[in-house]
Amino acid sequence: MTTAGEALMTGPGRVAPAGILVDDVSLTFDGSRPTPVLDRLRLEVRPREIVALIGPNGCGKSTLLRVIAGLLAPDEGSVSIDGRVVAAPDERVGLVFQEPRLLAWRSVEANVRFPLELAGWPRDRQRARVGELLDLMAILEVAAARPSTLSGGTAQRVAIARALALEPSVLLLDEPFTALDALTRERLNVELQALWERSAATIVLVTHSIPEAVFLADRVVVLSPRPAHVVADVPVPIERPRRLADLDSAFVSTVAAEVRSHLAGAAEGAA
Amino acid sequence: MSAVEHGRRRAQRNVGVRPRLDPAGRTGNAVLVALSLAAFLLVWQLVVWVSGFKSFILPGPYTVAERFVRAWAEGMMWPHVQQTLVEVLLGFAIGALVAVAAGVLLARSRLAERLLSPYLVAAQATPVLALAPLIVLWFGNGLLSKLVITTLIVFFPVAIATMVGIRGVDRRLLEMARSFRATDWQVIRRVEVPAALPSILGGMRVGITLAVIGAIVGEWAGGEKGVGVLINLARGSLFDIPLMFAALVTLALLGVTLYLVMVLVERRLVGER
Repeated sequence: MTTAGEALMTGPGRVAPAGILVDDVSLTFDGSRPTPVLDRLRLEVRPREIVALIGPNGCGKSTLLRVIAGLLAPDEGSVSIDGRVVAAPDERVGLVFQEPRLLAWRSVEANVRFPLELAGWPRDRQRARVGELLDLMAILEVAAARPSTLSGGTAQRVAIARALALEPSVLLLDEPFTALDALTRERLNVELQALWERSAATIVLVTHSIPEAVFLADRVVVLSPRPAHVVADVPVPIERPRRLADLDSAFVSTVAAEVRSHLAGAAEGAA
Repeated sequence: MSAVEHGRRRAQRNVGVRPRLDPAGRTGNAVLVALSLAAFLLVWQLVVWVSGFKSFILPGPYTVAERFVRAWAEGMMWPHVQQTLVEVLLGFAIGALVAVAAGVLLARSRLAERLLSPYLVAAQATPVLALAPLIVLWFGNGLLSKLVITTLIVFFPVAIATMVGIRGVDRRLLEMARSFRATDWQVIRRVEVPAALPSILGGMRVGITLAVIGAIVGEWAGGEKGVGVLINLARGSLFDIPLMFAALVTLALLGVTLYLVMVLVERRLVGER
């Protein structure tokens, strides 16, 4: 049987870690009043790095994530993963949304299997892969349950398992734990870190929580209000594995304070 | 046993199993239905007694029941019911299938909606009763004309329910599917239609009862067999009004049975969401 580590998207010898380059990307939403959302935004994410994007409400963080995922095409500039330009939803990218977005008529198991069906995997491979993912995310017990019977935390675990199904080398997380209570959120942050440690995934995480960003990320990138551009890139040189208790240390507090001051500065600059 | 299978069995024991109506509740409902039926029959019999109508104008429930049993026992009813049933089921299947496809098209294409909507509304506004003689003239008085009428009458409610259901699908689910590189066909088949199923089945519930009306209207406009033909015969050449009532009761039972089957299908497909 495959171990949980091997089951993850990028077990040794499975998928190589991928770097992301967001190269001077601009995007304006059309409408009665055109709204510039991204302004010559440049961001480089090294292979196997965790980068947290943080910024004021509505600044364009989620839009940037959708551009990286290939769901939105930029007006100018480009996004490339390992040197290959992303022009459409890309099989190397797994995306987890703020809400689990599970299909209510499918069981947990069938929800996790959904991307594999779309990709046309053979049934026996689908079965094996779904088993690995349910095991990995500790949701075997609810394999046959309907999404409406799940707690918020479990539903988001299912969404993460689904995002990992096609063995992506890049995992994009759009405020995935926002709707959860504080304790569940902390537990899932620890689980996400453990997941990453067993993998070669590159992760970009959008969050509003400075402690969450500092706990998970190697770098916290602060974005300006709309149209978004990078105003600060704050490294988080804390050893891994990190523990929740580390958040109380003086050093972490200093990093968090730096992020907070950049964030406040960006918001004031806009005002 | 695989890990997934094991998990599934445990989960079936622990979660996701909705409590059904308890037996006492179900018995209570059955008693209520029986009581309302008894009250209906009583009122019917009272009207017959009080009015003094002869049985060739308004037969009482006992007379109708007796004629109903005799018609079935003599084998007179079944060939007609069989014919109507074929017209209803085939017409419904064709109408519903075409309507779901049209509903998907109307929901996804504003151009298609603008082009087709006036015709759809005009067709719906014209009573099928007025169209039936023309359809029988064009397609003959065999099965085909009945199927055309039934298909037409089923089409509108199912197409509109499908369109409304698909337009109401949560756009976030569509974005999720697109993020996994779903094709248009995969989005329709695996997300939009299943998500819109409660609405589509609601339209079909209306459609199945209308299909019965369509088949009878078609039989009245011209036909050799069917419950509609039997009603005409009973009223006309046979002048057997109790038989006419027995045919009407058969028709009502047919409609209720088909409706209940649709409800069961609906519960089975969307009940656990």
